[in-house]
Amino acid sequence: MEAIRVEGVSKSFRLHSDMPQSVKERLLRLGRSSTRMFNALNVLDLSIGTGETVGVMGHNGSGKSTLLKCMTGILTPTTGRVLVRGRMASLLELGAGFHPELTGRENVYINAAFLGIRRREIARRLDDIVDFSELSQFIDEPVKHYSSGMYVRLGFAVAVNLDPELLLVDEVLAVGDELFQRKCLDRVREFQQEGRTIVVVTHSADLVRQMCQRAVVLDHGSLVADTRPSDAIRIFREHLHGELHESRVSSSGGDAALRISGVTLDMPGSGGRRMLRPGEPLEITLSYVGEADLRRPTLTIDITAPNGQVVHAGEVTPAAELGSISAVGSLRVTINSLPLQDGTYSMSFSLADRDNPDVIAWRDGRDQFDIVAGGPQRRSRGLVALDVEYSAV
Amino acid sequence: MSPAGTKPLAAIPDGMRLIAARRSLPAQFRDVWLYRELVGGLVTRELKVRYKNSALGFLWSMAQPVFLLVVYTAVFSILGAGFENFAVWVMSGLIVWTLLATSLTTSAQSVTSNSYLVSKVTFPRIILPLSTSGSALVHFALQLATLGVILLVAGHDVAWSELWLLPLAIVVVVVLCAALGSLLSVVNVYARDTQHLLDLLMVAWFWATPIIYQYERTTAWLAERSLPTWLPLLNPMTPVVTAFQRAVYGTNAAGDRLLLPDVGTWWYARNLGIVGIASMLLLAIAFRLFDRAEGNFAEVL
Repeated sequence: MEAIRVEGVSKSFRLHSDMPQSVKERLLRLGRSSTRMFNALNVLDLSIGTGETVGVMGHNGSGKSTLLKCMTGILTPTTGRVLVRGRMASLLELGAGFHPELTGRENVYINAAFLGIRRREIARRLDDIVDFSELSQFIDEPVKHYSSGMYVRLGFAVAVNLDPELLLVDEVLAVGDELFQRKCLDRVREFQQEGRTIVVVTHSADLVRQMCQRAVVLDHGSLVADTRPSDAIRIFREHLHGELHESRVSSSGGDAALRISGVTLDMPGSGGRRMLRPGEPLEITLSYVGEADLRRPTLTIDITAPNGQVVHAGEVTPAAELGSISAVGSLRVTINSLPLQDGTYSMSFSLADRDNPDVIAWRDGRDQFDIVAGGPQRRSRGLVALDVEYSAV
Repeated sequence: MSPAGTKPLAAIPDGMRLIAARRSLPAQFRDVWLYRELVGGLVTRELKVRYKNSALGFLWSMAQPVFLLVVYTAVFSILGAGFENFAVWVMSGLIVWTLLATSLTTSAQSVTSNSYLVSKVTFPRIILPLSTSGSALVHFALQLATLGVILLVAGHDVAWSELWLLPLAIVVVVVLCAALGSLLSVVNVYARDTQHLLDLLMVAWFWATPIIYQYERTTAWLAERSLPTWLPLLNPMTPVVTAFQRAVYGTNAAGDRLLLPDVGTWWYARNLGIVGIASMLLLAIAFRLFDRAEGNFAEVL
């Protein structure tokens, strides 16, 4: 059965700078209709079945939050329509209806009233809500004294304890401490087992892989993928790269004496996948064109994590004493194991001749590879994905 | 901008409902009814927040009419008032005027000042102006009760047989507040100057309503210039205020001076009836306007 149907939905916004804010501006603009429009969604169709958990991915500005807001009715689509079945709770922002001066308990009642729930029903569930939020000592304190974590906990507790058939979530699972995050995820899993429908908007490939059975990718307001999570994550990253290539500073250079003409990446352990699992090897072939033989070549490689942190930088030792290498040729670099966490990493190379300081070539940030965790490593986090195991002694 | 590829839409399958669709008027009223607890919640919220950090709390609402009555009595006994019990006359009209004024000025800002809710939470937006009118009504009820007690204690002669005009006038003014408040809150989303303009208009409206002066003075003035004497009744607050004066001040004359028309209570009831029907039509228009506009609130705010 269908739980949500998005039919030909588009949404265009007037750009804010063009929006008249006062009567004067309105009068001055009368008769001029030169407003610029921005299309956040382009004729989108999507059908979500009852009991499905669907991830919506896309980079910033791809329209994913607009889509969610159209589903909840906060925004009205410019064209098309959205149909839903069952009671819907949206976690667009946890605790959005909270008033700082009121106590946690008073806020629970008002927040639930925003979801259209009767006072009697809330009174019945109040204990569950307070228990879940772990705030029983503070529930009669004004929420202005709450920490942001407590705020979010209470908001989440209200939303999930009110028995929605449809849950729309926007990034909110990425808040709170780790223990509470796990509790939220567990709660969401319970929801899945009970056959409720969940739509989650996120950048986090991790979350999509952990929770969703299906994922869609939005790019510039259009649906570019609607498929299994692993494929969707790959497509999402490719689209993200497209953006990066246009925006991020990537350069290559050198003088006439030497340049790097090309880099190819091979993933011998991946069996044709276009991404690596943590710990798999990577083979890099770097071609260069110089004017003369390089008598004492030096090669450096930098690997940068998605957050900009350098995970490895430095000179590469040759496998065997090289001596001089020919003016035009290729180098093969083998990284035996890349025990890195999920993400898209970029590489920079430089090649120089130690005997001849004028001869140097570099290539920055143009070559990238993806690591997508799978199997037993799915659950790990952090900087590196260590190869860890345990056994009984 | 109509994108190509827009298909004609099929009928809605059973059990599914349309999100953010334009609703019929009865459906809108039903929505408000379903969310009635939210109206209550927002009214209590507003009141709790207002008195959260004050020692006397609700007593402040009640103190206002007492204080005004004392001040007016003192001032008019020095300046020389128009007629006897002038302070009671002023209070009887002022109390219901304050309801309108508070309700309209707070309702006008109800959507814009709750933009964080409008862009994050789904609920019928018209709840916002309705609940601000609701909290103004709670204040009014407290003040009216206080005024009533004072007048009884002071031995003032309230017109007991005309007292039934009060509930009628209150219903009418509440509908008027809801209608105008909702309209203003929509307009204020698109032109923020509305709230400032409103402050000025309220001053003009106050003086156009026979609160400080008596209704008969305006009709006398109009009659002298052979203008139609029903002109003041075009002001929807005139019937409301005069009904309050008739019931609370208790008589339509001070000494041999006529303050209100020398007619039976049917005159007040008829006037209130007309304003009541007009206000209900206005409320229907406000609901329609809200239905058209509320889908855009989140992006305009």
